[in-house]
Amino acid sequence: MNDLAAQSTYEPVILAFTCNWCSYRAADLAGTARIKYPPNVRLVRLMCSGRLDPMFVLKAFASGADAVIMTGCWPADCHYRVQNVKALRRFQLLRRVLERLGIEPARFQRVYASAAEGQQLAEAFTRIVDEVRPLGALNWGRAGALESGPKPAPEPENQAQQQVPA
Amino acid sequence: MNSKPARKHRFAMYWASACGGCDIAVLNLHEAILDFAERFEIVFWPAVMDAKYADVEAMADGSIDVTLFSGGIRTQENAHLARLLRAKSAILVAFGSCANEGCIPGLANLATTDELLTAAFEGPSTDNPDHLRPSPAFRAPEGELELPALRPLLATLDQVVEVDYRVPGCPPESERIAEVIGLVGAALDGTATLPPRGSILGAGWSTVCDECRRDRNSKRIASFTRLPLLVSVDADVCLLEQGLPCNGPATRDGCGAKCPLAGAPCIGCYGPADGVADFGARLLSAFASVVDANEPEQIDAILDGLPDPVGQFYRFSLAGSLLRGAREAHR
Amino acid sequence: MTEPTPDLMPRTGVYVCHCGTNIAATVDVAELSHYAGQQLAQQGVVVSRDYPFMCSSLGQGMIEDDIRELGLERVVVAACSPHMHEKTFRGACQRAGLNPYLCELVSIREQVSWVHTDRAKATAKAKAIVASGVLRVGQQVPLEPLHVPINPATLIVGGGIAGISAALEIADAGYPVHLVERQPSIGGHMAQFDKTFPTLDCAACILTPKMVTAGGHPNVTLHTWSEVTEVSGYVGNFTVKVLHRPRYVDTDLCTGCGICEEKCPRTVVDTAFAAGLGYRKAIYRPFPQAVPKYPVLDRDNCTFFDNGKCKACEKLCPPQAIRLDQQPEEVTLQVGNIVLATGFEPFDARRVEPYGYGRYPNVFTSLEFERMSNASGPTGGKIVLRDGVTEPNAVAIIHCVGSRDSNFNKYCSAICCMQSMKFAHLVREHTDATVYECYIDIRAPGKAFDEFYERVQAEGTQFIRGRVAEVTDVLRRPEEAHQDGRLIVQVEDTLAGRQRRIPVDMVVLSVGLEPQPDAQATARLFGITCSSQGWIIERHPKLDPVATMTEGVFAAGCALGPRDIPASVASGAAAAARILGRIAQGEMALEPIGAVIDAERCSGCRICNDLCPFSAITFDAPAGLSEVNAALCQGCGVCVAACPANAISATGFTNDQIVAQIEGLLGDHVAVPA
Repeated sequence: MNDLAAQSTYEPVILAFTCNWCSYRAADLAGTARIKYPPNVRLVRLMCSGRLDPMFVLKAFASGADAVIMTGCWPADCHYRVQNVKALRRFQLLRRVLERLGIEPARFQRVYASAAEGQQLAEAFTRIVDEVRPLGALNWGRAGALESGPKPAPEPENQAQQQVPA
Repeated sequence: MNSKPARKHRFAMYWASACGGCDIAVLNLHEAILDFAERFEIVFWPAVMDAKYADVEAMADGSIDVTLFSGGIRTQENAHLARLLRAKSAILVAFGSCANEGCIPGLANLATTDELLTAAFEGPSTDNPDHLRPSPAFRAPEGELELPALRPLLATLDQVVEVDYRVPGCPPESERIAEVIGLVGAALDGTATLPPRGSILGAGWSTVCDECRRDRNSKRIASFTRLPLLVSVDADVCLLEQGLPCNGPATRDGCGAKCPLAGAPCIGCYGPADGVADFGARLLSAFASVVDANEPEQIDAILDGLPDPVGQFYRFSLAGSLLRGAREAHR
Repeated sequence: MTEPTPDLMPRTGVYVCHCGTNIAATVDVAELSHYAGQQLAQQGVVVSRDYPFMCSSLGQGMIEDDIRELGLERVVVAACSPHMHEKTFRGACQRAGLNPYLCELVSIREQVSWVHTDRAKATAKAKAIVASGVLRVGQQVPLEPLHVPINPATLIVGGGIAGISAALEIADAGYPVHLVERQPSIGGHMAQFDKTFPTLDCAACILTPKMVTAGGHPNVTLHTWSEVTEVSGYVGNFTVKVLHRPRYVDTDLCTGCGICEEKCPRTVVDTAFAAGLGYRKAIYRPFPQAVPKYPVLDRDNCTFFDNGKCKACEKLCPPQAIRLDQQPEEVTLQVGNIVLATGFEPFDARRVEPYGYGRYPNVFTSLEFERMSNASGPTGGKIVLRDGVTEPNAVAIIHCVGSRDSNFNKYCSAICCMQSMKFAHLVREHTDATVYECYIDIRAPGKAFDEFYERVQAEGTQFIRGRVAEVTDVLRRPEEAHQDGRLIVQVEDTLAGRQRRIPVDMVVLSVGLEPQPDAQATARLFGITCSSQGWIIERHPKLDPVATMTEGVFAAGCALGPRDIPASVASGAAAAARILGRIAQGEMALEPIGAVIDAERCSGCRICNDLCPFSAITFDAPAGLSEVNAALCQGCGVCVAACPANAISATGFTNDQIVAQIEGLLGDHVAVPA
């Protein structure tokens, strides 16, 4: 497949981390109300955006995600009072690290959505898919696979030589 | 003293992409080196004795009892030796930070190979008017010469071959090395049992704070600073609480917290605590969590105190991290 | 016996629900089920089925049979949101002897079939979601729920009809209730109303007995003129601080004789109860039936607090109950459950400038009209213009003021049509005036509502379907020449298809209902969530309409959204019933979601210590270890993500589970079909 063809059929895969109380409910509400958004976005439910370990974001990129969205309650509306602020602090620091590693800010975004904001959440998902598509595939998982990938099965070369004595 | 073994155990040590500090650390065993020499026969150790790769290739598979492999895998030669020693060794130990997580040479994963060569051969301190670059193959009057080709990314040892045990540290502390060699020797003698394959040897389960005697309080960081900017360092209080970005909270214990106890922030050379997939993620999450600000601008102002976040969080662990390097280096 | 799975992966069953056509119309359920059975065999899947309604007893029975017969160790149900049926399927697993937490419900309805249209893409996403569920539940371990004791005392915030109803239900069942009201009396807005639609019962006649019962109930402690300032703890065991503002009256001595009020020399406009149409004194009871009976001194309007003189009330009080040096007092309450019945605020009619409220004296709000038509109100029940004597000849009642209006509130306030028609009836009853109802739609869906609509029509009220453009005293047309001093209502009569300019003497603005202005602050105080407008969000809008997302905090009445009196009473009673059930059980099972610290890994760095807003993390200094109090932990997971030593794990949401889920979502199905 040539680059042009690959580009024209490229669809980003995006992981969105949701909090149990606001943004996941908003996603449920988008469903109940049959509000459409692109199928590129796949959700992971956490109890709070404050549970979002930066490792999860790195893991997602390393496993082939083209973008990651951190969603949660609006500031000051956190079900756990102030825990989304901790998520915000980590988001800002992680974004600095990701930028230095060559991952554009558009590939790691945050979205606030209350439980009532299914429409807004769907609109944000749609917008982010549209923003990420022109950036092209990140291909981290596949690029890493050239050298056996992160946390790999070791490189296959001469399998017989690799057997470790028991 | 243990009884003298029936035969000496066959020992190898190799340096791949490394500085040689690990070899020095092993030699720095002091009188324990006598015990070592009593128990082990050195079959291959380029840092201390002459040896040819052909000698290793001629050995039977699994005939080396234990190999300490230091250094990351940067060149095809490194990779070849990693595979070779894997095949020849009964126990392959990833020894030191480079072999385990890439260490300082792993920071080269922030740049492309071309950028590295440019920096090395055409940098401001290099006089190279003809823009010469090393070439993998070169015809000299003496015949065809080969230089090992660079691989695009520095890999850790376990990204290339299966590793049996890991000893962290840059370099591992000599007293911990003595423990490890003692344990491995005893296991080979049949008088001790090694932990499950894949385990860490010569270090603890927790982090440097466990060994640090500085007073600790619950943490809120209003600003980050650097040692040279501090008028004085409180001798008794946690360095992180004084605004110094000390990596101790996320760094595996085993070193004895030497740096923070001497007033210098831990730089993280012992790698992450047990079960951690990404040292940098752990540490940045911890630092960010206790940033004492709630508004985006204020948070950014505090984070500006960490001018090189990748250097701070991935100084030793970039090559072994989930992303392994910058995107450019992956291409 | 059963075949072992590869690599000792747990034996997993996958159950794909069609949900009728809700899922099956968009997701290829047969293909999905086939995929799980074939492609996920390496991940431990030993059986995969699809079924029209997995939540039916037959569907659940199928899962139970498989658990028993195939020795399943994990179950993944691909159906609706876990917020819908997680309990259902966990129950099925439990009945078949499988720990309920080894069941994972993944949503392919709310997250797939209802939000996507392309069948191939939807099916691909559903596969990724099923894979993520299989991998995630593979990392799950058996868990046991936490049990917490329930303190039988209940806090009810807001003493309107919803709060009173909830209070009486619980108190009558024999359990203590603390009823907190920030006004001097309980009763709420209902106490201000004259008649209630559509039955036209007298509001005071039906409310007062409830107020008196609540006030005198041995199980009810009233905290009027008070506000909640702090809430901590969790379901079953909340600690609440309530601030009693000073009444400047010793309520132990006060007999409610009213002499202080009579002798007080300072008269002020009563903007609260009388809606600005009447007067009260600086020391006053808000209305004659107030509960409790004690007066309250309005410090901002008191001569003594102005210049240190007067003290008429203190001198003349027969039992010497006046305490001009009274200070605010904070009390701490221990309660097991909380009901928020904080009510609404009428829409401020001034905001709709074209309707002239505040500019034209004879434009009234609905609340003003309520007070005016009340026999004990400022006009003694006479419907008169602002001059207090002139009866109107024509009255226009404007619906939807502040409601169904994109400039203000998009929602329908639910009660305004009926209150407007009640006004029309009352105007006709008290005067000979012509009444115009200017409406957008008539919404009369309640019991006997439409009959009332017909009755008001039959009484001669003229209904004009159209939104009023403006109310003005500017006379523009020749035929308006003799209308000097009257108001012109400009409205498009959309049924007749023409503009009308209707001269009237009085305009009544039927204002909508808005959340309390401090609704968001209240939500934060109690750890619940409001919509962006400020209405409390229910745990489920249909199936759990009086619970909030926070365990132990319920809501009733208009705090949830506009509703009429019977609905408010019903929601108050419903909240009470929910709470009584818990009190009767004495304890409650909670999801075992929480943080656990591994002492061997904890370095005592104390990064986590300051991160918990529930004070669940403490530091054991001698041991040099941080510890989590499981009863206080709410399971947010912030400390887990913060721990640099990887010493804290999140039960139910471990790193291994989330990483497995990420791998599933991005694994073989990383590609989105173009």
